[in-house]
Amino acid sequence: MALPKEYDDLPGTFVFDADQARRGYHLNMFCMSLMTAGNRAAFKAGERAYLDKWPMSEEQKQAVLKRDWNGMLELGGNIYFTAKLAATDGLSFQQIAAMMTGSTQAEYAKMMLNGGRPVEGNRSKSEWKK
Amino acid sequence: MARIVAGVACSHIPAIGAAWDNGKADEPYWRPVFDGFEYSKKWIAKFKPDVLIVVYNDHASAFSLEIVPTFAIGCAAEFPIADEGWGPRPVPKVIGHPELASHIVQSTVLDEFDITIVNKMEVDHGLTVPLSLMFGRREAWPCPVVPLCVNVVVYPVPTGHRCYMLGRAIRKAVESFDLDLRVVIFGTGGMSHQLQGPRAGLINREFDTRFLDNLTRDPQSLTRIPHIEYLRETGSEGIEMVMWLIMRGALDDDVREAYRFYHVPASNTALGHIILENAS
Repeated sequence: MALPKEYDDLPGTFVFDADQARRGYHLNMFCMSLMTAGNRAAFKAGERAYLDKWPMSEEQKQAVLKRDWNGMLELGGNIYFTAKLAATDGLSFQQIAAMMTGSTQAEYAKMMLNGGRPVEGNRSKSEWKK
Repeated sequence: MARIVAGVACSHIPAIGAAWDNGKADEPYWRPVFDGFEYSKKWIAKFKPDVLIVVYNDHASAFSLEIVPTFAIGCAAEFPIADEGWGPRPVPKVIGHPELASHIVQSTVLDEFDITIVNKMEVDHGLTVPLSLMFGRREAWPCPVVPLCVNVVVYPVPTGHRCYMLGRAIRKAVESFDLDLRVVIFGTGGMSHQLQGPRAGLINREFDTRFLDNLTRDPQSLTRIPHIEYLRETGSEGIEMVMWLIMRGALDDDVREAYRFYHVPASNTALGHIILENAS
């Protein structure tokens, strides 16, 4: 019997559990390869060709090419790995966080300066459906 | 004998390292963050630890998904600074304490904790940002460091109770080490934050304040917080706070809160920092 996933009820959150880690293994290992300057340059020089060296699904490759940050997480990416792709693009953690929430950088930064996203109304998927 | 004399908890937000390294520490956004550590820098200069044990998590720097140890202790003589995608931070390499580190491994394994031994490892912002905050700019870090990595990347992370008990076992290990050393243990990461998905930016000041209060006076209650509560109440990355419980477990039951600092925001995160001294 599978372990229960109580966290499936969290709104707007991708929990990187064993199933996601298995699904995203090659996607994350691709991101990991961007930790050297040489690989970052090679990726920049030809993204598709670089991606084709990794046994990732076409869906995962498209998410990378489109910089669909939520899509990558949904397909098994982990934020600490995809952050290396962001760094390769010269983006900070806060910039990709803003993109994942669908806000502009300025709106997101303002929300953080005002104390961040409150937990009230953000605990459960049922609260997001209203 | 060696003794753990105090504990420090501290967030390890990468943007703090980037602000520091790129000369932005005096900007109005960052100044309050660095000012919040002025007391701490004086405190640790006066406290003069001989060795630090730094509990942190690797952020896909030393450990990819090829190997994901739940608890790993760095036993190397030195630890180079990792390139996390924008070049290594311009900070000194970290010098290890291989004798104490391997002693802790031996003792804790015999106490039934299955620790991974790491003899070659680069260290990332998880370890170096707290060092920058506590020691400022240095040619070399003032003392050796035993790195203790905890998996908080692949869910499930170890439970708070397990972390607390590991802290206890580390204390016992340190106290059976022959050299006369003053050891300070750091628990890093936290506090409430979520870096990913449409819910990114979550902050829970009430939870964080209660956590800080109970860290001093009722740590046992914190060891019972279930994973889902961390995820729901503090954001997906807030669960890093279990690492603070390793630090707390290594201290006396009675501790004195010497200092506390809490600040929102540092990038996406609530920055929490506390210094606890053993009451004895």
